[in-house]
Amino acid sequence: MRHLLLGLSLVTLAACGSEDTARVAEATDESFQEELQLQLLDAKPGDVIEIPAGRYALDRGLSLTADGVTIRGAGMEETVLSFAGQVAGAEGLLVTADDFTIEDMAIEDTIGDALKINEADGVVIRRVRVEWTGEPKTENGAYGFYPVQTTNVLIEDSVAIGASDAGIYVGQSKNVVVRNNRAERNVAGIEIENTQDADVYGNVATDNTGGILVFNMPNLSQEGGRVRIYGNEVYENDLRNFGHPGTPVASIPAGSGIVINSHDDVEVFDNDIRDNRTANVIISSVYASNYADNSWSDSFDPYPERIHFHSNRLSGGGDKPDGAELKALKLLKFGPGGSFPHVLWDGYAAEGRDPQICIQDEGAKVLNADLPNSSKNISVESAPFDCSLPRLKAVRLASAE
Amino acid sequence: MRYLLISVLMLLTACGQERVRPSFHPEANPPTLSAWGALQVEKGRLILGEGVEPYTLNTPLFTDYASKLRTVWMLSGSASIGEEGSLDFPVGTVITKTFYYPEGEDGTVTAAAYQSVDLSSEVDLSTHRLIETRLLVRREDGWHPVSYVWNEEQTEATLKRTGAVVPLTLADHQQAGPFAYVVPNENQCAGCHAPDAASGRIEPLGPTAGQLSRREVVGDEEGEQLLRLAEAGFVTLGDEPAVVQTRWDDASASLDQRARSYLAANCAHCHNPQGPADTSGLDLSLGATGAAVGRCKPPIAAGSGTGGHRFGIEPGRPEASILTYRVGSTDPGAMMPELGRSLVHEEGLALLNQWIAEMDGTCSET
Repeated sequence: MRHLLLGLSLVTLAACGSEDTARVAEATDESFQEELQLQLLDAKPGDVIEIPAGRYALDRGLSLTADGVTIRGAGMEETVLSFAGQVAGAEGLLVTADDFTIEDMAIEDTIGDALKINEADGVVIRRVRVEWTGEPKTENGAYGFYPVQTTNVLIEDSVAIGASDAGIYVGQSKNVVVRNNRAERNVAGIEIENTQDADVYGNVATDNTGGILVFNMPNLSQEGGRVRIYGNEVYENDLRNFGHPGTPVASIPAGSGIVINSHDDVEVFDNDIRDNRTANVIISSVYASNYADNSWSDSFDPYPERIHFHSNRLSGGGDKPDGAELKALKLLKFGPGGSFPHVLWDGYAAEGRDPQICIQDEGAKVLNADLPNSSKNISVESAPFDCSLPRLKAVRLASAE
Repeated sequence: MRYLLISVLMLLTACGQERVRPSFHPEANPPTLSAWGALQVEKGRLILGEGVEPYTLNTPLFTDYASKLRTVWMLSGSASIGEEGSLDFPVGTVITKTFYYPEGEDGTVTAAAYQSVDLSSEVDLSTHRLIETRLLVRREDGWHPVSYVWNEEQTEATLKRTGAVVPLTLADHQQAGPFAYVVPNENQCAGCHAPDAASGRIEPLGPTAGQLSRREVVGDEEGEQLLRLAEAGFVTLGDEPAVVQTRWDDASASLDQRARSYLAANCAHCHNPQGPADTSGLDLSLGATGAAVGRCKPPIAAGSGTGGHRFGIEPGRPEASILTYRVGSTDPGAMMPELGRSLVHEEGLALLNQWIAEMDGTCSET
């Protein structure tokens, strides 16, 4: 009877969404779910919770509040927690504890975020896969890896697929390393938002709507600062945007390689950035996003400043921009067979202050869309951006050494 | 004074029932609810233990139209009133909340208006079904949440640390039909009861002076609930009268006060400046002002929670506001609150809709 009722309620839930929401639920492994949650409840600092190889169906979100706990599976293809039948909980696993490590497992098809870690000091995510199976769709959960308001965070050798917002998202955090991961078929592959001191390197971001995003949003407890993006492969992020209308990422044009929005002090170097059909690089202000300026505090700085691109390898892309306005602009300026230059800039800068946007990459020109003047003086230049900035310091993170 | 009241209660229950004396368990959680003695099943009724006081709140949290029987008892001492009407309960306090429904003969439950709280402090089990009883126990090292789930026979509730899904069917109301009543796991208790995310300290949420201060009718007598609790010895009143938190369903109060009270009771345990939802920049505590309350505020990481809308609150347009979209959603990835309900609180949603509909102004568009 119980399963019948749960089945009914699932059908009801699915019927509320739009097309193609049928979630194929396996029968819940009640005893496994009970035992695992009990282990999480009883965990003490230093405990390692091992989950053997196997595929386990859960119907409720898990949570951990004890510090110093490690959860370890037998491999990201071997130990799989499937939440396709989830009826409760906004996450697959919610962690509100310090010194947390998760390794060698997969979390699939959660109804909301896959792995959220809120207000923690010390996070290690290693060789973990989060995935929404099937075709990318709006009904998928928002975030794959979602540490927010955390300090000393390492995400490495992991995989994020199918998130309707960001596959790997680090928000309002400090001292972060994101390295050697793979993000694909998400709206945003990797997103660093309102975060201070982050190194993002050795990652592959492909087949997302936008590859790697560095965002600074208003009205939050912390502004972003000092992000280094280097040694990544960011290519063919041409997936249609399937984000939820209204979310900041829903405004990302399909075919965006690296996007820097309202963020200061970003150094981007030694990356392979290629074949992103709108543009390999977009630098913009929150003014160019969906939101007007009436809702953020006076102290918020909406302009991207001190942006330093150098020694990247840029090629292809810019040939099939997303959205009517960009398509028209491309046609007008570059003709049917032409392409945008590698860098698009919306042109917003603080009155009387040099934004210090330095693009030293070989062959990289900047399209200034001149949005502040209703695009009256659209230009393609490289000289104004021929400048250099001091290098940013490497993040020092004990768990990454 | 407490003893006087107890003796009165003893007289009231002179029909032969012997009330159980409550116990405080300073360390381990007993496997059954009856070991606490706060509540007992006697002759087909759920009744309170000796000296246990029932209470209700001006604006309670919505939980799937469940009725709630709340009780407080303490081993010794009394709660003093602190900042902004918070109550500082002594070690030895046991607070209980029993979730139950009126039940039909076919086993379906009904959405009794959850505000009309039965202050007779008894539940007739021939017409009601008990689901779970949650305890907050104040021990030396702080508050501990403990949950018990009632058996089918309705004779005992047993400790359930990992939560449960109880399939129920609602017989009446717009949302008639099956739904999954979710008993939270022990960690999830902190999802609401740790309003300061940095400390993670568990606290009671409902019993504040402002929530407890209300007129009540017990038997034939009209009185003031906070005074009754003070007379019972459980609360030490301060010099200042409590600032009463508006009843969300008080038609004589302003729409703004009612809506803000509703949001404070249902959202501010996370959406406060120290809460786990401060990541969103949305502050729904009673004292919050400006864009923090959501007016023309863009979402941060709402994901599917936006429902395609651009602002937390768009004045005059509840149908275009994220706040009401999420309160009206039952999708676990979008709904607010995230925990503690599978159904929509239609009446609460109607209040918020009206509140937003009557707001002036617009959010400027780019």
